[in-house]
Amino acid sequence: MIEGDDFVRTLQEIGFNFFTGVPDSILGGIISALMEQRLYTPAVREDEAVAMAAGAYMAGKIPAVLMQNSGLGTSLNTLMSLNLIYQQPCLLLVSWRGFQGKDAPEHLVMGQTMTQLLDTVRIPHRILSEPTAVDDVNWVAETFTKQRIPVALLIKKGVVKGLQP
Amino acid sequence: MRPEEGTIQSRARAIEAVLGLLTDQPVIICNGFPSREAFKLADRPTHFYMIGSMGVAPAIGLGVALVKPDKKVIVLDGDGNVLMGMGTLATVGALKPKNFIHVVLDNEVYGSTGNQPTLSRVVRLDQVAKAAGYVHVERVREREDLVYELKDMLGKEGPSFLLVKVTEQAEDVDRVPLEPVEITQRFKKAIE
Repeated sequence: MIEGDDFVRTLQEIGFNFFTGVPDSILGGIISALMEQRLYTPAVREDEAVAMAAGAYMAGKIPAVLMQNSGLGTSLNTLMSLNLIYQQPCLLLVSWRGFQGKDAPEHLVMGQTMTQLLDTVRIPHRILSEPTAVDDVNWVAETFTKQRIPVALLIKKGVVKGLQP
Repeated sequence: MRPEEGTIQSRARAIEAVLGLLTDQPVIICNGFPSREAFKLADRPTHFYMIGSMGVAPAIGLGVALVKPDKKVIVLDGDGNVLMGMGTLATVGALKPKNFIHVVLDNEVYGSTGNQPTLSRVVRLDQVAKAAGYVHVERVREREDLVYELKDMLGKEGPSFLLVKVTEQAEDVDRVPLEPVEITQRFKKAIE
């Protein structure tokens, strides 16, 4: 399992320097590592977070947004009518709730359809795994720079240490 | 307390008064008529014109304000927009960026879609902003009050919230002719 602070360090090494989002238990370890370093700006909704990331990007930062996949639903219009068309890139660190149908009922539809949803709105995505973590993060950096649009890294339970493993 | 009675101005006249007090500050302008009217009145590279993503103008402004603490960031917003993204009032109120000025042009209708009433005729958005933690909050109707209060806010530490009651009148204005990508790149460069 990847440690939260190691993951944050890796993201910082490739340039990410503005972090916002809405918490999820799977992302708990990453968020607490960010908060410890006072790097995290909390948002109240995911559409607010991606818009804040857009502002930070235009002000010169390289932003990442943390969210549960339910937040993709909340932020969809902002992603489509702001970040995607204005070409304001950000890294979406999305926890994959409802993966393989093993979760609370509210997560099941999104858990099953998330990758299709991302394909439909043309947000490039990749699943983070411990053995390929370096490649995954390099892929993010490359896609981010080349396409200048939001890029999603999907994080399943148990890949990065959460608050309660 | 400022008088509530008096000559109410059109949104375009209010935008004109706001832009008249600004020089090179970053300005985020919400979608719909406000962006179109602002573009026609005074286009500057420091303007970020929105065409979609209703409700998130202050969130974009907050992102800029946090990264550029030495620049006063102005958000030109509407009442329908604020109601849609009301949570961001809390985020601003909690984070308290000193360089953040939120100007809300309140015509009490959804002007871009046929003047359907918004809730701002019964819900006091200025009081919501106050409760959320904005440091300076003012509500004005007349142009001279708008100028007085905004000048004051530009010289103070915020976050500040200026509610400007305006008429439903919309100018005969075209869409902003710039491509979204061009708006991003121009704005990014202008605020470096």
